[in-house]
Amino acid sequence: MTTIPKVLVTKIGLDGHDRGSRVVAAHLRDAGMEVIYTPPWQSIDAVVNLALEEDVDVIGISSLATDHRIVPKLMRALADAQLDGVAVIVGGIVPDADEAMLLEAGVARVFHPGTSLDEIAVYIRSIVPALREARGHALEDQP
Amino acid sequence: MNKPLDARTLAPAGADERWKREYAEQIGRDRACENRSGIAIKPLYTNADWDGTRHDADLGYPGQPPYTRGIYATMHRGRTWSQRQLIGLGTPADYNARLTALIDQGTTAISLIPCNSVFRGYDMDEVDPELLGTCGVVVNSADHMDECLAGVDIGGMSCAMNDPSPFTLLAFLLAVARRRGVPFSAITGTSNQSDYLSHYVANHMFFRIALPGARRILADHIDFCVRWVPRWNPMSVVGQHMQQAGATPAQAMAFTLATALQNADDCVARGMDPDAFLPRFTFFFDVSVSFFEEVAKFRAGRRIWARLVRERYGAKDPRSLRFKFHAQTSGVDLTRQQPLNNIARVTLQAMAGIFGGLQSLHTDAYDEVLSCPTEFGARIAVATQNILREEAHLTDVIDPLGGSYYVEALTAQMEEAILRDLAAVQDAGGMYAAVESGLVQRLIGESARRFQAKVESGEQTIVGVNAYRVDETASDRPPVQGVADDAIRAHLSAFATWKATRPQARIAKALDALARAANDARANVFAGVVAAADAGCTHGEICGTLRRELGFGHVQAIV
Repeated sequence: MTTIPKVLVTKIGLDGHDRGSRVVAAHLRDAGMEVIYTPPWQSIDAVVNLALEEDVDVIGISSLATDHRIVPKLMRALADAQLDGVAVIVGGIVPDADEAMLLEAGVARVFHPGTSLDEIAVYIRSIVPALREARGHALEDQP
Repeated sequence: MNKPLDARTLAPAGADERWKREYAEQIGRDRACENRSGIAIKPLYTNADWDGTRHDADLGYPGQPPYTRGIYATMHRGRTWSQRQLIGLGTPADYNARLTALIDQGTTAISLIPCNSVFRGYDMDEVDPELLGTCGVVVNSADHMDECLAGVDIGGMSCAMNDPSPFTLLAFLLAVARRRGVPFSAITGTSNQSDYLSHYVANHMFFRIALPGARRILADHIDFCVRWVPRWNPMSVVGQHMQQAGATPAQAMAFTLATALQNADDCVARGMDPDAFLPRFTFFFDVSVSFFEEVAKFRAGRRIWARLVRERYGAKDPRSLRFKFHAQTSGVDLTRQQPLNNIARVTLQAMAGIFGGLQSLHTDAYDEVLSCPTEFGARIAVATQNILREEAHLTDVIDPLGGSYYVEALTAQMEEAILRDLAAVQDAGGMYAAVESGLVQRLIGESARRFQAKVESGEQTIVGVNAYRVDETASDRPPVQGVADDAIRAHLSAFATWKATRPQARIAKALDALARAANDARANVFAGVVAAADAGCTHGEICGTLRRELGFGHVQAIV
């Protein structure tokens, strides 16, 4: 029995460096996850709507140029939409002090440069069952 | 005195065969060596790979076709490269303080990196305030530009602006020049980021108008500068984004050359004389730690460009054939782990660019991978260039690696690889069509994944990341550059006040004229931008007008 995690890989804010988000999205897809990828420049509202419509387990935010500073706004918007059973992870260039700020705001995990792709995939698989439970989903059996 | 040794006793017949035999015996199982562009690297290069009799045909002399050894007769021995550090942070006053400090320490040319909000075509009051000034200076008007460059002799220093279409920063600079009584003909520098194609391919950091409009504004901009700002380089063809996004060095060079051909074709199509605009084309590249490969990349690119320009456009002016380029040491190679190691990486990258014959160099600060660089980090980056130039004397000899069997053989192989990748784009209808279809984006994405796979498997060592790791905590990392929220807030409120007190009729008139120019194929849109900037319009107003009239360029989702 395997659960297929559903992950939204996206970028919010102003920057558009997308090497990281593309490489991570492609890897998660090849690792057997269902990946929804968006180009950069998404608004917070667009991310929340997509997460709702697609019923994702995890939102992966790639931030290379300080866009992580508005992730707390995303967390508030997700809470307002009652999307508590969705985990937000952030990858990219995040200074230590800002990492603490993000974790405080409810981000599940921050991945820094040099993280292996497998580490991200393993982490996502590890948190999905609890997220599904929180959202009231039965764990679906997959072939 | 001893008789000179007979060459035959030093290298008797069959010496090469003997070496091959001994090498095979002693090496056991040889490592497969391949550079980032996929070229197999042999253990030894000899005169069987390249011999000096080909010097004149393959290399020529510096300043002479095919320019393999450099585009000027004197190269760095005559005039060293421009030491051009990217600067941009906070408010115009913050920027001015950093610029003035770097000029005191030896920086010889101005660069200006605006805030991401500017890159994206917005004024500061249109975006999340948390994002202001964190990655560049918040400059939205001619007044802001004036403040950025207070006390700086704009007629005497080359100014490179990271200024994507529609080139409002240059328009602001020209407005400042008028105020200060500096003639446009004295303004020198480069519109970095004028290459909209590279933005569509690999760096979605920049505001963009839909492709057809972007194509037209660039041609208008080149035309305007050639006529009115004759010492300005309106075209910087950018390979940097593509290599940062994952293109191999050979691909990055090939796609850059394809972009240059596209833009030159577009200029020719509107009736411009190649020898009028080609001398003002410049190039901008990434330089990685793959040392010899980078040296060969630049030498090969220079040779290909000279030949292409002559054959395709019949250019006669030697300045048209010269492949002038700025290089930036690659941020992708830098690591968050053991960040001081980045100083060694940047040194090596800079040396590759210098031996590759660059005209202008930015060395990354070691802490760039942690945040926008601190002043301390920026100072080491400048010092690195000073050490390479004046302590290590890298400028004494022109093309010092020229004639190396390896470097010459590799230059020829890189040339072949570049021409192959260039042909793939040309066969797809040229760069514009290849970007529209997503071909180039896909090729770059594949290369990025291949490289990452090598890092993950350990085939490519990254010190501190997948090898030679040490345990580090936050206290081992240097302090990062903070942003003064108070200063940004004050900047925002001053902007609001200023905007409200402008003569509104004049602003409306200038924006209306700009909109009309956008819809009139005979008008020059960039001339409209210059007039609007001069009239007091803001960056966001100018970009917003053009976005409305010419359409917005969305990003394609290509994984």
